[in-house]
Amino acid sequence: MAETIPEPVLRLDGLRKNFGGLTVTDGVTFEVAGGELHAVIGPNGAGKTTLINQISGLLAPDAGRIVFCGRDITALPMSARAALGLARSFQITSILPAFSALENVALAVQARSGSSFRFFGRADAEPALNDGAMAALAEVGLGGRADVPAGHLSHGEKRALELAIALAMEPKLLLLDEPMAGAGREETERLVAVLARLKGRFPMVLVEHDMTAVFALADRISVLIYGRILASGAPDAVRADPAVITAYLGDEME
Amino acid sequence: MPAAARFARLSATLRGMSSAELVPLVIFAGFALVPFAAAFGPQAYILDLFTRVMIFAIAALGLDLIVGYGALVSFGHAAFVGLGAYATGILAAHGVNEALVALPLALAVATLFAVATGIVCLRTQGVYFIMITLAFGQMAYFTASSLAPYGGDDGLTIHVRNAVAGFAILGSNRTLYYVVLACLLGCYLLCRAVVASRFGRVFRGARENPTRLAAIGFDVYRYQLVAYAISGALGGLAGFLLANQTEFVSPAYMSWQRSGELIIMIVLGGIGRLHGAIIGAIAFLLIEEWLSGVTEHWKMIFGPFLVLVVVFARGGLIGAWNEIATRLRRG
Repeated sequence: MAETIPEPVLRLDGLRKNFGGLTVTDGVTFEVAGGELHAVIGPNGAGKTTLINQISGLLAPDAGRIVFCGRDITALPMSARAALGLARSFQITSILPAFSALENVALAVQARSGSSFRFFGRADAEPALNDGAMAALAEVGLGGRADVPAGHLSHGEKRALELAIALAMEPKLLLLDEPMAGAGREETERLVAVLARLKGRFPMVLVEHDMTAVFALADRISVLIYGRILASGAPDAVRADPAVITAYLGDEME
Repeated sequence: MPAAARFARLSATLRGMSSAELVPLVIFAGFALVPFAAAFGPQAYILDLFTRVMIFAIAALGLDLIVGYGALVSFGHAAFVGLGAYATGILAAHGVNEALVALPLALAVATLFAVATGIVCLRTQGVYFIMITLAFGQMAYFTASSLAPYGGDDGLTIHVRNAVAGFAILGSNRTLYYVVLACLLGCYLLCRAVVASRFGRVFRGARENPTRLAAIGFDVYRYQLVAYAISGALGGLAGFLLANQTEFVSPAYMSWQRSGELIIMIVLGGIGRLHGAIIGAIAFLLIEEWLSGVTEHWKMIFGPFLVLVVVFARGGLIGAWNEIATRLRRG
């Protein structure tokens, strides 16, 4: 599928965002090609989450354009972007704590399968929704935890649930904002394995602090510092870039 | 012993039911039996009181749908009841007393008001939502008060109850009672279906985490607006029934105190359970009836009682009952 799309899946064109006097996104331009895993790294406060929030529609940019699958989505609200196939996970877990894990994911399946303005018939008895949700849960290793209220899952399981919700949307692009944030080492390893399996099936933008994970997974890496793209390219090229080493990677890569 | 066997099977079925299924069953069976029990007491009075209880239960159900499942605390809900009542009353003033005309109009007026005000109210959240629904409620109240041709402050007397397809069946208090009971049952089943449906799942999810809902592709606002409209329609139905029962329409039907009473009902019964709203309406109106017979300052007793319920029984009367039942079972 990836080869049939001549246009990049996502193109950011001179994106700019100010918070008061502070420029958090400073003319960011980059592309994500079909099938590519594009990692965005940078120190704390570099504006990574702000960037993801603008792509997903949670924040409106002050200037610039966001083009998704050939369509300018800069003015669309978050729900409309999601309906077009733009899925995201949140750095701070964003789930429905009182819903079961299964229902969290089934709701995402429901979003892309027919109208939800249906007032009769039990939603939790629709096999198509539950089957799709179970498949996504199994994909992230939560198959056995389907009936647990999401609020009772462990932190690592909640991170996996975030991912399952995004997968269930059958997205055209996955925006992952620190999917491993706060997870333990074992959980991180499991999540990295899941992402490695998903790689190639969905184009992804991955914001992550765990450099081992980033260099293991990414096809391309963009380094963001003070809201600007400092360097962008293949992992090896980025790793060797003197500017990147001085500004960011230096101490971490020793 | 077929009778005994049947009884055994029935009791086994009942024991297998959860309290969420058993309690509504008991409530509706109780309502169905009230007219028979009433024959042993002041029949007209009891019938009248319980008709009123069920009418307010319909309005409270509508309110519980949006408060209990959507966290949309509407403080202007009496306006929908008043609008339904005025639609019925004004038609009657012009000589139209056909329910097949009055009821659809009452529903339409209340629903349209809900949509028109919901478009504005639902842009706000939390305390602002409460204030703006209150403001719209008061607007409806003062509009009704200034309707000089329809009695203004004094209200409007309806000389004859609605006929249904030409038959004057609502004239009988007993028939009206069962019509109201059927409406309540219908509304209860409708609300239960809506809550469990695809639509209800999105609406419930929006209360939990609207950002997540938007991130998976739902425009939360549209779902909330539809739920608000359904809620308003139930208020309109209650208004239509209230106008017929009392044969009178008054701006007091939409006063903010009335809106407050509807909130008290659902809090008292237990929010977010639907049958809690019915229990709350029963408890509120019966306590009001009883205490106001004891003293005219009945609110001084009712107020502290309500505080106790809210402080000690977060789930309202149903919550308190569940708590007690669990403790008894444990011994």
